[in-house]
Amino acid sequence: MNTVSADPKGVDSGPHFMDGDQAIAEGALAAGCRFFAGYPITPSTETAERFAERAPEVGALFIQMEDELASIAALIGAAWGGRKAMTVTCGPGFSLMVENIGLAAMTETPLVIANVQRGGPSTGLPTLTAQQDMMQARYGSHGDYAIIAMSPDSPQECFDVAVEAFNLSEFYRVPVIILSDETVGHMHEKVVIPPADQIQVVPRNNYSGPKADFRPYKFDGQGGHPMTQCGDGYHFHITGLTHDERGYPVMTAEQSKIVITHLMEKIRSNADQIIRLDEDQIDGADVVVVSYGITSRIAVKAIQDARREGIKVGSLRLITIWPFCEKRIRELTGKVKAFVVPEINYGQMVLEVERCAAGKSKVISVNHCGGAVHDPEVILDAIRKANQ
Amino acid sequence: MTTDIGKFKHDSPMSGVLRMERMPHIWCPGCGIGSEVNAFAEAIKRSGIDHNKLVVVSGIGCTGRVAGYVDFDSIHTTHGRAIPVATGIKLANPELTVVVFSGEGDLVGIGGNHLIHAARRNMDIVVICNNNFTYGMTGGQVTPTTPTSAITSTTPYGNYEYPFSLPLLADAAGATYIARWTSVNVRNITQSMEEALVHKGFSFIEIISPCTTLYLRRNRLGDGVDMLQYYQENTVLKHGCDTRETAIDFQGKIVVGKFVDKAKPTYLEAVDKCAVRLVGDDYQLYGKTIPEREAEEKAEKERVAARRAVVLAAEQAASEKAAVKAVKKVATKAPVKKVAAKKPAAKKPAVKAAAKKASATAVARKSAVKVVAKKAPATAAAKKTRK
Repeated sequence: MNTVSADPKGVDSGPHFMDGDQAIAEGALAAGCRFFAGYPITPSTETAERFAERAPEVGALFIQMEDELASIAALIGAAWGGRKAMTVTCGPGFSLMVENIGLAAMTETPLVIANVQRGGPSTGLPTLTAQQDMMQARYGSHGDYAIIAMSPDSPQECFDVAVEAFNLSEFYRVPVIILSDETVGHMHEKVVIPPADQIQVVPRNNYSGPKADFRPYKFDGQGGHPMTQCGDGYHFHITGLTHDERGYPVMTAEQSKIVITHLMEKIRSNADQIIRLDEDQIDGADVVVVSYGITSRIAVKAIQDARREGIKVGSLRLITIWPFCEKRIRELTGKVKAFVVPEINYGQMVLEVERCAAGKSKVISVNHCGGAVHDPEVILDAIRKANQ
Repeated sequence: MTTDIGKFKHDSPMSGVLRMERMPHIWCPGCGIGSEVNAFAEAIKRSGIDHNKLVVVSGIGCTGRVAGYVDFDSIHTTHGRAIPVATGIKLANPELTVVVFSGEGDLVGIGGNHLIHAARRNMDIVVICNNNFTYGMTGGQVTPTTPTSAITSTTPYGNYEYPFSLPLLADAAGATYIARWTSVNVRNITQSMEEALVHKGFSFIEIISPCTTLYLRRNRLGDGVDMLQYYQENTVLKHGCDTRETAIDFQGKIVVGKFVDKAKPTYLEAVDKCAVRLVGDDYQLYGKTIPEREAEEKAEKERVAARRAVVLAAEQAASEKAAVKAVKKVATKAPVKKVAAKKPAAKKPAVKAAAKKASATAVARKSAVKVVAKKAPATAAAKKTRK
């Protein structure tokens, strides 16, 4: 990935006291995001408010659209208009956005969506915490496609992940989803924003060669391909229809295979470069707790208590949710007695762990129907059970 | 699917405006979209607009395919979302001219919310709405504009809903340029498109157009030509008409004309005004101050005007040549050509002359339409619509 130092205009360096939502806005601005279109929905609105407040001084543009359908559509327009763009929402709004997440994936448009999760289904629990949109983030829109999703566990990580989300989005030309949650979103903590020259960002990679050779797409299952922007004279065409490398519709089974394989493989075959995990004492562990977002911070207490009881517990915290860390789980499978997967949903990511463990290690789901975080005791009980 | 059409690619007067490698298009014989695209191409040529600074966005449906055929930056979006995508493009790069070209099902049905909000914001984009009272791509279902009592595949016993009048809707929502034509008024469409392309603010052009394969057939209204004849007989030209009087009944009169053309600050001008108050004169959007952006806009406007002047001068020369030929032939009696021939050959600085010529041609065009409209009943009497 070709990176440059961040534009100092968007970087409010120094120590701050802010919530996770605000940190996402700051991360986006630091990463070079200059366009935000959104629709208010708790518990995500603080990101929009922060961006709206900062936009005039940074030289960015904020627009509150009429709904979430319009918000993400505007991002696609802005991205091809030459700007790095983002929006923020939670479950009900995310459900509306999945339509054009499909278009963004199909047209290989870089953009970032933060989903600060609250309990569902439907209007559900406004606005109490949950992690119930993990599968929706991956599979929400129809058809086969792949996206990248990351889950921060603190306001500081909200900032860091926002920068990374933009970098991955630009490089792979794919929507990147930040799967935050109400607790992290509304939690105020210290956030240290580094000086601009210490923040590496991936600049927009626009094609600059001869017009005759320009293709908006290259179907080789890799990232790093240039795009273009309106007004550069390449007269590009993009469509949600199955298309060839010129962007022209070609609706055949053969072309569908070429396009879908590319969309899937550019993420899957680069999973090792994309995935970030935070591991603690996994070597020699009998039990590994797989967690993410706010739940990983609750799990810390359970893990510490279990270790005091003499249980060898490791922690595998998923910072990258999608693509899923299949390889790492398979490596550990058979070596550990069991995986314990606490999450604030009825059991979503645990399905992925089970798939990779393939019956060779026990997998224990510690589910929670949302509205609050786990009681660490419940996770501790599961660890004890797993160790038997 | 793409077709190699060989030599035609280079010979066509449409090359440079349409992606000739994508021809033939999907539209049915007699459909109005072809005429609209033709008028659009003509308007682009005459406007002098930089082809590299023009973006066309479409939604889904028959008209939604326009974006795929025009040789500019073009985006074919999801159903109903062309306007918010266009909004994103315009706000990301205010230098661009952004045109949404789509159908009424897309823009007013599934995308209706976006239409009214873009109009409310006076977003500086052009929306061209092909209104054929039909969801054509899916087989001819009822749309929000289908006149009451019309037969469609989902109103097999006649439509019992009340239709939208689009000029009224756009007007109420805040659009600052509104015109309606039928697909037979090609010159008026072209002129409205030219005006909309340079209008600052939200422009809405509705074009009533025949869906021959579905709407006309189901309602036994004849073929495309019958419908054009019908339009000629039944359009009522009323510039500046109160948009409350533009409703369309099944096979009733169709009021056409330019209904609204007014000045109001655009969304971006409002953003600028607010931001300058806050940040001061060094306020920059995407690294450019307001005076810098204004200077660029002015320079571009001058380039556009110069290009337009060249096109209009060539047009004038061609029409004079044709008129001379016609006079030589003596027998001809075309009123349009006589008007053109009488026009004095202006010899003033290019830009000013162009503006004068433009208004002169506009007058000529307007009178041409009136003539056609007056002549129409006589010629049309021969052919009656099948019922």
